Amino acid sequence: MLPITTIWWREIIRFYRQRSRLFSAIVQPLVFWILIGSGLSASFQPAGASDGNGYIAYFYPGIVVLVLLFTSIFATISVVNDRREGFLQGILVAPVPRWQIVLAQALGGTTLALGQGLLLLLLAPMIGIRFGTLSLLLSMGVMALLAFGLTNLGLLIAWRMDSTQGFHAIMNLLLIPIWLLSGAFFPSTGVPGWLAWTMKFNPLSYGLAVFRHSLYLDTATKAFGAVPPWTFSLLITCLFCILTYVGATFTASAQVN
Amino acid sequence: MENRLEVENLSYAYPERHALDNVSFRVSSGEIFGLLGPNGSGKTTLFKILSTLIPITSGSARILGYNLATEVRVIREFLGVVFQHPGLDGKLTIIENLRHHGHLYGLSGKTLQQRISELLECFGVADRAKERVEILSGGLQRRVEIAKSLLHSPRVLLLDEPTSGLDINARQQLNDYLGVLAQTENILVFMTTHLLEDAETCDRVGILDAGRLVALGEPDELKAEVGGDVIFIESTDSDTLGIAIIEEFGVSTVLTDDGLRLECERGHEFAQDVVAAFPDEIQSVRFGKPTLADVFMKLTGNLFEERKEN
Repeated sequence: MLPITTIWWREIIRFYRQRSRLFSAIVQPLVFWILIGSGLSASFQPAGASDGNGYIAYFYPGIVVLVLLFTSIFATISVVNDRREGFLQGILVAPVPRWQIVLAQALGGTTLALGQGLLLLLLAPMIGIRFGTLSLLLSMGVMALLAFGLTNLGLLIAWRMDSTQGFHAIMNLLLIPIWLLSGAFFPSTGVPGWLAWTMKFNPLSYGLAVFRHSLYLDTATKAFGAVPPWTFSLLITCLFCILTYVGATFTASAQVN
Repeated sequence: MENRLEVENLSYAYPERHALDNVSFRVSSGEIFGLLGPNGSGKTTLFKILSTLIPITSGSARILGYNLATEVRVIREFLGVVFQHPGLDGKLTIIENLRHHGHLYGLSGKTLQQRISELLECFGVADRAKERVEILSGGLQRRVEIAKSLLHSPRVLLLDEPTSGLDINARQQLNDYLGVLAQTENILVFMTTHLLEDAETCDRVGILDAGRLVALGEPDELKAEVGGDVIFIESTDSDTLGIAIIEEFGVSTVLTDDGLRLECERGHEFAQDVVAAFPDEIQSVRFGKPTLADVFMKLTGNLFEERKEN
């Protein structure tokens, strides 16, 4: 346990001491949300959503997930930096199994992402979301799951990378499209068949679906139409977490230096 | 538990080149072993294998009796490793870095606190313990780095170019400290270096060239094998002078950055003779006892300095 907590703790301290990271991870999505959300509200009513919520409400859960994604990514970039600066070698030669190293890193990223996500959750009442104890706890739990899965996805890539430039390329080519096609930006209802299928095979679609369900558990008017069902989405999200974690551990174990 | 490091017939190849070729040697506890070699000689590869970062593919290595191929987990417990690149987190303070390291090795509470205080005191950084590592000088960072590697009281200490980036005083201090450490705590110290001065301070030295171990022994022993004296002659026209010296004295010379270099018995007499024979061509003559660079030269036919540049 000690190695896990100490690696986790270091991630948190580092983040706290580089506060510009905190700023960029939350402000950028927020500006996105306000500009795009307000801009499209007039012309875009999400398919199947109740009247009166508008696009800004539809877009909100997607923005929370984007904050989780950004924070997780920034946390995993520290793995690349640690390798470049030599810090990682010190951890690799210590008597700590790789699964513990990866778990600690993933929990570090999850904690940071969750912290940022919770800040954003404070804005939920503004778009008509009513929280009860259950919906609040559930939303937080789902956010934690999503953050854990996304951090592990980042780690899976970062453990193979030598430079942060490479990581940025992957981020633009893979991570952002995964988010764009998860239903965060537009629902899959009515889109061309090939796009609908892509969205169907995107694991994050289910993460976003289960997050929408949790947010609106205690709210009658829902700002979204047809999304995959609750339990199935939760199952896929859990599976996503497990697979990415196992994948990241496997990658880390195969990495020799 | 055995108290030595044994490497037998170790070879390692990267896809594009051969890094180590049938390397064998032994080091005992309490001994400081220096692996000397120019850049690209395979030192770092050997270091990475011993520090458990690269798996063994051919040959074998045992550390204190444990097999490096199969018992990595146990070996890591008693291994202290100092890498060439600083392994400290600049954003953390000295004490936080040490605490983090201690936790990785399962140390905690009072034991850890006490050990940290001891080492901070010993390395003269106690008064700066709460400062962030990023603001420390290179020399101080190096000291913290070594303190860190000793935190869990390793029985084997591996150091990769430990004196790089240190000024001459700090280098001397470090070498002295390693000597004390090896003797009083009976620690096995293995270090790589491309600096002859560092290698001279080791109990025993292995010289690595292009992946092969070309020499193994105490520095004095190795130097004695070269025999005689080494002479450097500076001239305005070294090429012509070199040929003339061969004709006149039958001694072959090699052209180096420091002038013509040659080996001979009774160097002081030879120096007088050569100056008398070519008074106009010679600008300066100096002679000295052979160094490990001369050992390298004799065994490989290459100049150590040139190899370094290559």
